[in-house]
Amino acid sequence: MKAEEINKLYFSDIKSPPVQVNRREFLKRLGGGIIIVFSLSELAFLTKNPEDDLPDFNAYLRVKEDGRVDCFSGKIEMGQGANTSLSQVLADELEVNIDQVDIIMGDTELCPYDAGTWGSMTTRFHDPLIRAAAAEARLVLFELASEKLEIPVVQLVAEGGKVFAKSDKSKSVSYAELTKGKKIVKSVSEKPELKKPDAFKVIGKSHLRRDAVQKVTGKAVYTADIRLPGMLYARIARPPAHGAKLAAADISAAEAINGVKVLKDTDFIVALHASPEIAEQAVGAIKTDWEVPPSKANNETIFKHILATAKDSKVIHEGGNTETGKSESELVFEEEYHDGYKAHASIETHTATSVFEQGKLTMWVSSQTPFGTREEVAKVLGLAKEKVHLKQIFLGGGFGGKIYNQQAVECARIAKMIEGTPVQLMWNRKEEFMYDMFRPAAVIKVNSGVNKDGIIKFWDFNTYCAGGRGTELFYGIPNHKTTTYDGKDVHPFGTGAWRAPGNSTNTFARESQIEIMAHKIGMDPLEFRLKNMNNERAVNSLKLAANKIGWSAKKLPKGTGRGIAVGIDAGTLVTVIVEVNVDSTTGTIKVKRAVVGQDMGQVVNPEGVIIQAEGCVNMGLGYTLSEDIEFDWGEVKSNNFGNYKIPKFSMIPEVIETELADAMDKPPQGGGEPAIICMGAAVANAVFDACGARVFRLPITPERVLQALNK
Amino acid sequence: MAEKIQFELNGKRVEVEVEKNQTLLWLLRTRFNLTGTKYGCGLGYCGSCTVLMDDDPVRSCGIYLEDIGGSKIVTIEGLEKNGELHPVQKAFVENDALQCGFCTPGMIMNAVGLLQKNPEPSRQEIIDGMEDNLCRCGAHTRIIDAIESASKMMKGVPQP
Repeated sequence: MKAEEINKLYFSDIKSPPVQVNRREFLKRLGGGIIIVFSLSELAFLTKNPEDDLPDFNAYLRVKEDGRVDCFSGKIEMGQGANTSLSQVLADELEVNIDQVDIIMGDTELCPYDAGTWGSMTTRFHDPLIRAAAAEARLVLFELASEKLEIPVVQLVAEGGKVFAKSDKSKSVSYAELTKGKKIVKSVSEKPELKKPDAFKVIGKSHLRRDAVQKVTGKAVYTADIRLPGMLYARIARPPAHGAKLAAADISAAEAINGVKVLKDTDFIVALHASPEIAEQAVGAIKTDWEVPPSKANNETIFKHILATAKDSKVIHEGGNTETGKSESELVFEEEYHDGYKAHASIETHTATSVFEQGKLTMWVSSQTPFGTREEVAKVLGLAKEKVHLKQIFLGGGFGGKIYNQQAVECARIAKMIEGTPVQLMWNRKEEFMYDMFRPAAVIKVNSGVNKDGIIKFWDFNTYCAGGRGTELFYGIPNHKTTTYDGKDVHPFGTGAWRAPGNSTNTFARESQIEIMAHKIGMDPLEFRLKNMNNERAVNSLKLAANKIGWSAKKLPKGTGRGIAVGIDAGTLVTVIVEVNVDSTTGTIKVKRAVVGQDMGQVVNPEGVIIQAEGCVNMGLGYTLSEDIEFDWGEVKSNNFGNYKIPKFSMIPEVIETELADAMDKPPQGGGEPAIICMGAAVANAVFDACGARVFRLPITPERVLQALNK
Repeated sequence: MAEKIQFELNGKRVEVEVEKNQTLLWLLRTRFNLTGTKYGCGLGYCGSCTVLMDDDPVRSCGIYLEDIGGSKIVTIEGLEKNGELHPVQKAFVENDALQCGFCTPGMIMNAVGLLQKNPEPSRQEIIDGMEDNLCRCGAHTRIIDAIESASKMMKGVPQP
């Protein structure tokens, strides 16, 4: 899938995941056991392909002949804990110990097609189907056991990978004995009998990460840790700015370095060596001249540029008439919010390792989209996609940034040029900043109005370049309109999906505006929200957080403030309330405490969810307080962690508490992204509460706090 | 110019022929296949490449090989003793103090160095000591918890 298509899905949140193709060939390769195939293409269950007797599917599980259970999934593990939560779901429904489950992820030959790991889709769409498949497998095992033990199915019970007679536990047979010598392939039936929530033994219980020991011992293998015999390290000559054209190049000095090989294919110039440091030295010896296009904007002027160029508009939600609403309003507010570009800044840079042998390319890629990457690579190299094999690998962070895999294409091109010799390309930090697909800079214009009773009468929300994600209203506003604006050539470099794409920007604007209105009419912001909300789950999340922090309308001592933000993402309703200290002489902000209230349906791994919420708070403080890409059009000036400041230990709150709504009987929703969307607004509102400074631009730097105070 | 250097690596004496201007990070990763030590930024900002050099946590991306002769280097792979995890490793597992795991080896090595100097650090001392190790997943809170619990575990236990 192309980046634009992914972005279209991603920025709008995903209602149904993209469909894949038939996998007949795939099944032939599998060994024995009980195999249950299932599809993620529908939220419900399988639809058969009329051309074929086999259904489309893109994940499967297998109870092997030794009784262990494999689950093959096209998803990847990038730290979010999917490997652990998928194992839990499977173990519970299939009645095996979690240690008997092996999850194999993201290998394009072993695992069925998957569009990518993003959009908080794994738990939302994967888990219900894994449960259904596991229930199906359990039923097959019961039928086999019934025959073997000569006991009717209804009198059987399973536990720890064995089937027992309910009345006499001495009559039992293990899954291994039942599957020995068999190959049974089934798809998930329409109504598999799933366990009731009160029977869960593993789902809903906290479980430590299954990959933790590998990760604390340095044994977990990431893409750059692959070592192949005779492997060379590649460095690529880079332009000073996006859009620059190569005018001249002299590779002679680089070629003169002992053992260095230089490849040149028009403007693609690569230095290779068995030592990555000598390859680096060699690329530095390549003399290049580039023609850099003139600047149209920088990080200060970009907002004006966006308003002038983002002209393609689309009304995405509308109700009533905003003009009527305006005339019914006592007070009218017109505000404009700004947000700069943000980098994903995973600690692992984009990396690929590959070898091209006998017409086939084998690759390890730090990719959130192994199948999409395979297609992209195959296309560029002119290979059939079956001739490209991406293997399972750990990712050192993703956050949306590894949906895009330019490094894989670069590495594949090199591998093909030096056929038979393995090559590794690990971007350095500067390249990572240069070629990141940034979270787009954005402008949001909000016009709104309230009547004297504190009822919001109209809402006109115009979002330039942040997309529509998270703009669904959970306030019952009779007259409302939400419009997105975008355009080609707005941005000087690539932009893309950044953990809950666009939603942090949209939520910053909406929840700031809500508090501006509440303060102006003299109403407590909590009360104002509750008065206007029309979504029960939003109310739940808000109350959970407010109760936890002990919200009261009473002012805190000067210099201390609290701020609320409520948001919606990936089916989850979330509230964050923060408490901050602001030093009004320096403008510095310290977030002391953060409370997250989340209504996210069924919770598979509560600890995993809490960890993700903490991660969202901590990571979210970066875009809120310090992260901003400095640039002059195509020249990205932020090039390392010295001038792009991601959160450090001293920045994070002393206390983070997460409260989850009890909704085990509801479908699971996303958990990896929601809380991050609230951080900007919660802090902005808390800063206002603490010192009266209203900051309309992210990040909320000390200078901007001081500027707002002096207004 | 190639030069022979000797040093101790994870308890074993090693001798290698190296070029000047090469860094410890890449020597570990390419020559010894000790890939637990990670490249994150190359300029000492992130701490993913932290190892112990004569018991001090250092950024291996900034240590040149001509300066390591005779020293004692310990990497993440050298922390386990007789197949037992080091208390800091154990505490990271038990506190779920990691997500993607990429910064984890550097975090652990830095924490081991911190606890060697200050076996019972306050929470603020842990924050100060870990300040320059970056984590993007936001696992900071649990990393602090893990170091506190490792400190407790290590009380009365001989230091590595």
